[in-house]
Amino acid sequence: MSLIAKGILQGMAVTAKNFIQSYYKKERLPTVEYPEEKSTVNQFTRNIPFLVYDGEDEIEGMRCTACKLCEKACPPQCIYIIKDTDENDKPIKRPKVFDIDSSVCMSCQLCVEVCPFESIRMDSEFELSNENRFEGLLINRDELLKSNEYYHEIHPIEAQETDDRIAAKIAEAETKKKAREEKARLAAEAKQAAAAMKAAEEAAAETETSATEQAQQSEAKAEAPEDNPETKNT
Amino acid sequence: MPARGYHLSKDELGADILEVAMGPHHPSTHGVFRMDLKLDGETVVDLKPIFGYLHRNHEKLAEDIPYLGCMPFTDRLDYLCGMTNNWAFALSAEQLIEIEIPERAQYIRVICAELTRLINHCLLVGFFINDLGALGTPLLYALREREKILDLFETLSGARMMVNYMRFGGVRCDLPDGWLQECERIVGRFPAFLDEYETLLKDNEIVITRSQNVGVLTQEEATNFSITGPMLRASGVNYDIRKVDKYGIYDRFDFKVPIGAHGDCYDRFMVRMLEMRESIKILKQAIADIPEGPIMGNEPRVFKPDPQETYGRIESPKGELGFYLIADGTTNPYRYKVRPPSFVNLTALRHMCIGHKVADAVIILGSIDIVLGEVDR
Repeated sequence: MSLIAKGILQGMAVTAKNFIQSYYKKERLPTVEYPEEKSTVNQFTRNIPFLVYDGEDEIEGMRCTACKLCEKACPPQCIYIIKDTDENDKPIKRPKVFDIDSSVCMSCQLCVEVCPFESIRMDSEFELSNENRFEGLLINRDELLKSNEYYHEIHPIEAQETDDRIAAKIAEAETKKKAREEKARLAAEAKQAAAAMKAAEEAAAETETSATEQAQQSEAKAEAPEDNPETKNT
Repeated sequence: MPARGYHLSKDELGADILEVAMGPHHPSTHGVFRMDLKLDGETVVDLKPIFGYLHRNHEKLAEDIPYLGCMPFTDRLDYLCGMTNNWAFALSAEQLIEIEIPERAQYIRVICAELTRLINHCLLVGFFINDLGALGTPLLYALREREKILDLFETLSGARMMVNYMRFGGVRCDLPDGWLQECERIVGRFPAFLDEYETLLKDNEIVITRSQNVGVLTQEEATNFSITGPMLRASGVNYDIRKVDKYGIYDRFDFKVPIGAHGDCYDRFMVRMLEMRESIKILKQAIADIPEGPIMGNEPRVFKPDPQETYGRIESPKGELGFYLIADGTTNPYRYKVRPPSFVNLTALRHMCIGHKVADAVIILGSIDIVLGEVDR
């Protein structure tokens, strides 16, 4: 076997083809010079969870109700929640503390799947490096809260689906409420009708009884003069 | 096994046996793996594989979390093939609760698994050539093609490698719009890449000289070592779990199982190249046949299976990947055991390396296709 052989030359032709085409074919050179140039992030990318709020105010619009389902579902247990209380120490449906340890989180999305309030969602932010090794990687509630508009910006399709689902839920709740009201109204009406009927029946029964009584009385009265004609006269 | 070429033995040199600790920070050990080599000159006379540097307590950890919680951890076993790991675990857990998997989900699973096979073999071939001395270039061509499939996975599941995509009774979400067309396009272009890659490497004299008759494992030895996967098939044993078990819907596809004749490193490399072509065949059939419909049954997220044992196995790109589960009636598995293919395949390393040069030990290790996440767990 000679050193420069057919197989090697064939291979070098392939390398040369790749080298030359890398100047004008995007497919041959798909890399980007990262910090200066950034490729677009796929809209389905998930990285670290965040909390969605509706409207302007972070605290008022918070969807999270501190039900702690995500805390239970998280396999590496990186979520920590404390429920908020009002001035009378009564629990409010809102988290006071909502911490996610981003150094522990493994981006599995199980928290998103269990959330019944469409509150916790995945962010596609990937530049999470930090100088502070401990506190810097622990993300607290206020840093986690992001608006629904931001959610629409990073995951347009998913956010739209979520909004539709929430709207459907609200609509369903409303129809249910309406149905409930209607039912209650109908029940009340039925009750009224029943009551009225009962009353009517009672009244009818009363009239009947009274009629019989009257009849009896009249009979009695009729009998009475026969029995005691003197008393009438007296 | 005769070592090729001329070298001075330790007796001629008047030297001792040299002990070398290769790794754990050696670039050719594919992770944190150490080989304690005993060398006579340049020839390996003994080899001791030492691992455990990446031990993450995977099996014990699973005993404290519900079945579904184990799913994201399986991605981190063989971190190059998240989809097949998911499937193997889902398969064995589904045996515990006996659920029907919708037709569409079955097809999605097959597509994902075969794409994973492409990814894994791309990388393996790239790193194998890298170990041979062709630093960088062929590997980067392979990585470039792999990247396209990783983008597909990102669109599908949200993550490139740690997919966490399969669920008991189906898959997590349906294919996004246009995903299947994109997948078809990438799969359609893949054979061109394979042709180019074969032109680059198949007939290359250096590749042939370095890898033929190196690390030979005969048919008998391979079965005795319980080797599975492409490595077993390279030794000439026709055993593919996709054909043997026909798990999922693999009985519907028409594909061949490439078999090697010599059981050397070159055969292992070529079996993988041919397997990629067969995977493309399966992918094309699956993309053409995939039906519409639901992707997930109505299964509860947390379930309590009756006390029993199961073993579910699939043909992962590296070999037989099995999950042995013991249920005790609670929501967590009582015992969760992984049968990792690369760990079992690694047992033949010493046998294959003895008598070869140090440089060949690197190639032999590369041809086994180990991922330390799976070896150490």
